[in-house]
This record gives sequence, C-alpha cells and structure tokens, in this order.
Amino acid sequence: MLEVSHLTTVFDLPGGPAAAVDDVSFTVQDGETLGLVGESGSGKSVTALSIMRLVEPPGRIAGGRIVFNGRDLLALPESAMQAVRGAGISLVFQEPMSALDPVLTIGDQIVETLLVHGQATRAEARDRGIELLQAVRIPEAAARFRDYPHQLSGGMRQRVLIAAALACRPALLIADEPTTALDVTIQAEILDLLREMKAELHLSMLLITHDLGVVAGTADRVAVMYAGRIVEIGQVGDVFHDPQHPYTRGLLASMPGSRPGERLRAIEGAVPVLGAFPRGCAFHPRCPDRFEPCDHDVPDAHEIGGAHVARCHLHRKATAGQLS
Amino acid sequence: MTGTIRLVTVSHLVKRFTRGGFLRRASSVTAVDDVSFTIDEGETFGLVGESGSGKTTTGRCILRLIEPTSGSVTVRGRDVLALSGTELGRARRDMQIVFQDPYSSLNPRMRARHIVEEPLLIHGLGGRESRRARVAELFGLVGLDPGHLDRYPHQFSGGQRQRIGLARALALNPSFLVLDEPVSALDVSVQAQVVNLLMDLQERLRLTYLFIAHDLRLVRHICSRVAVMHRGRIVELAPAAALFDAARHPYTKALLSAIPVPDPDRPRHRLSLDADAFDSRAPLRQVSGGHWAAVP
Repeated sequence: MLEVSHLTTVFDLPGGPAAAVDDVSFTVQDGETLGLVGESGSGKSVTALSIMRLVEPPGRIAGGRIVFNGRDLLALPESAMQAVRGAGISLVFQEPMSALDPVLTIGDQIVETLLVHGQATRAEARDRGIELLQAVRIPEAAARFRDYPHQLSGGMRQRVLIAAALACRPALLIADEPTTALDVTIQAEILDLLREMKAELHLSMLLITHDLGVVAGTADRVAVMYAGRIVEIGQVGDVFHDPQHPYTRGLLASMPGSRPGERLRAIEGAVPVLGAFPRGCAFHPRCPDRFEPCDHDVPDAHEIGGAHVARCHLHRKATAGQLS
Repeated sequence: MTGTIRLVTVSHLVKRFTRGGFLRRASSVTAVDDVSFTIDEGETFGLVGESGSGKTTTGRCILRLIEPTSGSVTVRGRDVLALSGTELGRARRDMQIVFQDPYSSLNPRMRARHIVEEPLLIHGLGGRESRRARVAELFGLVGLDPGHLDRYPHQFSGGQRQRIGLARALALNPSFLVLDEPVSALDVSVQAQVVNLLMDLQERLRLTYLFIAHDLRLVRHICSRVAVMHRGRIVELAPAAALFDAARHPYTKALLSAIPVPDPDRPRHRLSLDADAFDSRAPLRQVSGGHWAAVP
C-alpha cells in the first residue's frame, strides 16, 4: 500500500544541508500498523511530513520515492497531492489543541473537511459529522457538535481530530505521537479507539511514537529510527524479544521494570542534534559494541531472518565470520 | 521499622484556588483535599496521579512555594507553615525542588556556573573562592564536566541541563528534595542516566526524596512507598510492591492497567474507570500492614 524507498529529506542549515531523514526505506502493508519509534531529532516526524509532502523550508525532500497505491507521490502535481491528503492518507498530530481552530465549533471543522473533499453536500454534512463523532465514541455527539475546542477535555479533542482524519475514509492513517500529551488512562482509551477504528474501517496505520510500550501494544511491525536512519525493522515480537541493533537493545534494557531499586542500564551520552550527527553509524559514540568500521562506514541493512533487518556492522562481521 | 526517622509529616493539607471574583462570582477549586502522609528519612516517597490530581500542588505546598489553605506540614519536627519569611528562607536550605522542564527552569542568560552558585549568593554563604570551589565540586557530583562551567544552558543537552538543575538544588546541602517529574521531559535513552544519578546521590548524600511522577514504571523502580492521588485526594497509599501487585482501589487498578508495557506478548486487559462507581469521599483505611486504600 505504501512503499517508501531511499527517502532523504534535508534541511538547509546555516552550516550546510543536513539530512533529517537519510536513505529511509519501509513499507506499510494493507491493514497493518507499522510503529515508527525514535527520540527527539530521529527524523520520525519529518518522515511523516515527507510522506504528506508537507515539509517546509528550510527542509526539502532531496531524494527517494514514495509510492502510495501505485502512484508516486513525489511526482504528483500539488493539486493531485491535495486530494491524496485526507482522502488517501490522513494525519493526526500530537497536540489536539493547536490542530483545531479555537474560534470554530468542532462541528464546523468536521463539516468543513467533508465539504472540501466533496465527501458530502452541505445538507448531508451535519448528519455525517455527527455520525463520525459517534464513531469515535464521543458521548452526546449532537450536543458536542456545537462545542468549541476549549470546552472539551484533551482526550475528547483528540477524538475529534481522529474523527476529522477519518472523515474522508482514508486508506492510511499517520498518527504522530497521538497520545503523548495525554494522561495514561486517556492514552489507553485513544489507543483502543485507534485499534477499533483500524479494524472497523480496514485502515493501515503508521504510528509514530517515542514510547516502546505504545508500540508493543498497538503495532504489527516496528521500525526504530536514530539520527535520521532506520537502524532496525521487523515484526514487533522479533524486535522486542531479540533486538539486533545495539541502540534498540540499549533502549529496551534501559527501561525500568524487572529489578526495582537497582541501577538502570543507561545508554551513555546524549541524543545527537541535526547538523551534528556523527559520521559512519550515528550511534557509534554511544555504542558499547563499536569497533573499527563504525566511525567512518555507514552500515548496510543486514537481514537477520524473515523480515527482520538491522543496520549494524556487527552483523556484517557475523556474516563474514560464518563464511570464512 | 526500627531506626527510621520521620522527616516529613503532611496532615490534612488543603489547597483551594479561587478564580473570578471581579464582575463574576468567585468560584473555588479544591486542588488538594485533605491529604496526609509521612516520609521517612532516606526513603523515596512517590506521589502519582494524572494531570489535575493535585500531586504537583501538594509538592509545592510542602515547600511553601504555594501557600496551603489549611493543614500542617512539618519537616524535621518544625512546622513549616508557621515559619516567618526569614525563618522560611533558612528552612529552605534544607529542602529544595527540581523541576520537570530543564529547558524552561534555567535562566538562559546565565552561565551554568552562576546558575549553580546563585543559591549560595542568595543565602550569603561562603566567600568568592569557597563558592567557586563548591560550584566545581557540585558539577563533578552530578557528572558534569567542570570544563563546561562557563557555558550557557542552550549549550547543554536536555540530560545535562537537568544535571545543572540538580547541582543547583544540591548547592545548599539539603536533606530533602522534591523531584517534580524530573525525567519526563528527557529523551528515553537519557532518562536512565538521570534516574541512576538520583539513586547514587541519594545514597552518597543520604537524601530523602518526594518523587512526583506520572510514569508508573519509573515510580515502581525507585520508590519505597507510593501514594496515588485522584482529584485532590489520596485514594491509595502503600509500599511500592504492594501497590503494584495488590492494588485495592478501582482508580489505582485502572491506572495500572493503562500502563503501556514494552512487551508485545503481554496480554492487555485494560480496566476502564467509571468515576461514579466509587465513593470519592471515602476515607482511607488500612487494608493490610502499611497499605491504605479509600475503599469500603
């Protein structure tokens, strides 16, 4: 359904162009949820904006292909791309308050979306809008239709955004940190809602998050990003139980859990910032397993088994060792 | 529990915020509603809850960064709420706070050295040279490079900025720290470093922590006892292991079931909470040794 190949998005910084997304390739299959995990500056949100072609200067898409349902999105004229946004691919952001217009009722905003995309006539739009609010489990939807965003709780606002995103029956929903600003019980409700919507509407989903727990419970496959590159991708079970990249291993091992009171196994160092990504494998200064090639050679993607792939020189070494 | 010394006692703490009043009828919100607990010397006491639960307000009332409406707070036997301005100033040497956001809690125009030194200046402690030496010592203590003393906050990473906040909080050699979401603004891969540092410092300096957080996995990891707040009230208070393994209150159970666990095979049975299903005014009662819950 969605095939991203060798996507590279650079930002023209004062110090020269810097790749926020660097040679990123992945697919989202029909009906599947792919989790895209990363920390600040990993490039996960820029990847989402690139797919939607919403990257703004100083950022620009410098290379690669994004094929959605057989069409190369990077080759479409802007008018055709506008039709894809919403009706083909829809985006839900982290901050429901800033994504909604504070001076319009939530009903007006949903009706607007339906009309812009020609999904309903003005006469039908209201009924269809209320249906959508009901679909995302907003109680007393008809009454809420006349509310302004500030009259709703954070969780309800996120439901409205999901309703708006689903208004035009997209095939792919990109959810960028959809629960990060919410309390844990509300987060759980929204994740449940996304799972239900996905099943009911046969959606595919790209779920972007920094929280490995959210991915474990929601995604089928997971891609781990670090400093603009996907360092590991695979089935959620494979990646969580048998992580193959030292960064993924480090992240999982650093989570508090099994042994209360003991020191956590921390990853040393700090997350690199765009414009100062280390050469070679960007994780090498923090990597406990680094060796000779890591600080100058960008590792290739090595297949571990099945569709489990890691971008790490350790696997080249392992393969070479087996061959000799 | 022989040999433990009670450091902090909070009794019947209430904080009501009033809003409106000019042209509109004043209305009040009870942010903290009859909250009582104690903290023993050397322990990490966790205060968890969601936004609006009153956990942050409770922490600030204890240090009198917010004036409570009623109730009492004693630290080392001294009634904090009865202290005059100058007495409070002196008492604050012993109790400090570390804020959540290392990006906004440090003055961007001050060099790191001056941020850490400022409490010493405010309290008129030491001469120039001894302050200089103390700042360098604090930098080392929190794992920062003393070669970076003259940098500005923006030249540090988020984790390093939180270390500067800690160094500043430790400048006056306090024995009690309120840690208000100290790692939640940090990247996941950096959180563990700061958690380890907090545990090391506690051991080396015999610190007592009030750890305010919404991340229950973390609370379970570092707290000895935990209180769960819901709408301004403590609904459950227990040793960490008892709370996580044998929660009694419906709200605690719902909260625990909502934690996203980084294990794809773990079955998820989320309990949804019907806030009307329990009596929000029910008093705490002891359900087993040291385990209190507001259940019938």
